[in-house]
Amino acid sequence: MPIIEVNGLRKVYGGRAVVDGITFAVEEGEIFGVLGPNGAGKTTTVECVEGLRVPDAGEVRVAGLDPIRDHDRVTRFLGVQLQQSELQAKLTVREALEVYSAFYSRPADWRSLAERLGLTDRLDARFGKLSGGQRQRLSIALALIGNPKVVVLDELTTGLDPRARRESWKLIEEVRDSGVTVLLVTHFMEEAQRLCDRVAVINAGRIVALDSPAGLIDRSASAAVVSFIPSEPLGDDELAALPAVKSVERGDDDTLVISGTDETVSALMSMLAQRRITARRLRVTEGTLDDAFLDLTEQEN
Amino acid sequence: MSASTAVLKSEARLFGRELGAVFWIGAFPTALMVILGLIPAFRETSPDLDGRRVIDLYVPVSVLLALIMAGVQAMPAVLTGYRERGILRRMSTTPARPATLLIAQIVLQGAAALSSALLVLVVGRLAFGVDLPGQPAGYAVALILATLGAIALGAVISAVSPTVKASTTISTIVFFPMMFAAGVYVPVQVMPDGLQRVIEFTPFGAASQALDQAMAGDWPDVSHLGVLALWTVLLVGAAARWFKWE
Repeated sequence: MPIIEVNGLRKVYGGRAVVDGITFAVEEGEIFGVLGPNGAGKTTTVECVEGLRVPDAGEVRVAGLDPIRDHDRVTRFLGVQLQQSELQAKLTVREALEVYSAFYSRPADWRSLAERLGLTDRLDARFGKLSGGQRQRLSIALALIGNPKVVVLDELTTGLDPRARRESWKLIEEVRDSGVTVLLVTHFMEEAQRLCDRVAVINAGRIVALDSPAGLIDRSASAAVVSFIPSEPLGDDELAALPAVKSVERGDDDTLVISGTDETVSALMSMLAQRRITARRLRVTEGTLDDAFLDLTEQEN
Repeated sequence: MSASTAVLKSEARLFGRELGAVFWIGAFPTALMVILGLIPAFRETSPDLDGRRVIDLYVPVSVLLALIMAGVQAMPAVLTGYRERGILRRMSTTPARPATLLIAQIVLQGAAALSSALLVLVVGRLAFGVDLPGQPAGYAVALILATLGAIALGAVISAVSPTVKASTTISTIVFFPMMFAAGVYVPVQVMPDGLQRVIEFTPFGAASQALDQAMAGDWPDVSHLGVLALWTVLLVGAAARWFKWE
């Protein structure tokens, strides 16, 4: 049974449907990503899961419970990191961890959490004096402090430097490996590609694709990109005739960049072989989730 | 440690770190009374005051000032800030309800106001020989009702303020009439009769008269306690109706 079920979720603000019929299910133990441009309805969707917003239509269940009606029970096993929330400016990191520990019946050891998030030397610092990255790490610690079964992270690594971002990813993977289900809102493709088992791409309040990151890339128009310098010039017409070709660009020093699918690449290779054209500096790269994402969200717009 | 105890402890620590609030609530009312008491003329009985001294009248005024400082000046900005900065929202995703935080603040501000009021009474007695309340139970009832009223007024201010800035503005606007009604500028008991009758309908005007009567050894009039209780009920109702968690 899925641990999070969202069925036909709809939320309207001022006559505009911000979330317009979203349906997905998150299996226990997976990292499920919610990806989408700003204003797509990602945060509103997860806020309905957290029980912070009441859906206008549709149904949300977390471990079979209604996050609004059974709010108390849900909070005991659902850890939350909100996109924008602060703590009391004069509360120290240690005090925040201690107070939040007291909210749960079986809290995690806050010292080891602080250590894993690199907060040990900031325990006596007040929240108001923390850098953006430190605040973010504290808020991740507080999301995990109750030993949750499910954790919802909204913009996990926004404001973190690359090193802290990678550390947080490692932590989330460890958390998942210990059996926790993770619902992750992000707009970082790299993050989604690295962490998520499955990703729901949301645009304008609807899900436009739901697949594994690799699946999304495969489905996109530019799943593969090949670049090379041909020994003889190739005409635009014959390149455009390649199967599933998405775009052909001509760079400086005669470099050709062709994006398409695996099919495009193999047809190009046989064409080059037949005509005995050699390809210098040949590179074939996998398309990125970035491209897939742009494809998906552009189609919608 | 239970969630509410932990929150109360941590809020108490945070309260202690707000030195400004600690001064205005805890020290200022007593300081004001001491400064007035240092003026020799204010320590002499005056026939205009039915044989009382100015300092005698300023003890209850300073007591009420402590309540106003806590309820109207300090608390609204704290509560509004907790909402504006998403602290209440964050709490509502935990098994501890955000109300825990509000209750902790109300308890702390109320306790701070009452302690400051007691300090005024003790220092007034020791330094200037001001009589202690002749009817202690009646005095306690009036004082507690007045504290609840001040806290409820503060809760309404934070309920209607979308931002800390708004709450500070509203607090300042409300502050001066409340100070006047409490008799900070002119003690209620020496106001002209007509004005006294009007002021008695305000929460702190009624509180002032009730405290004055209990000080003199009588039970406060039911009408004064009634006005105070009615205000408290109305304000609590308004705060509960208008308060938003986010």
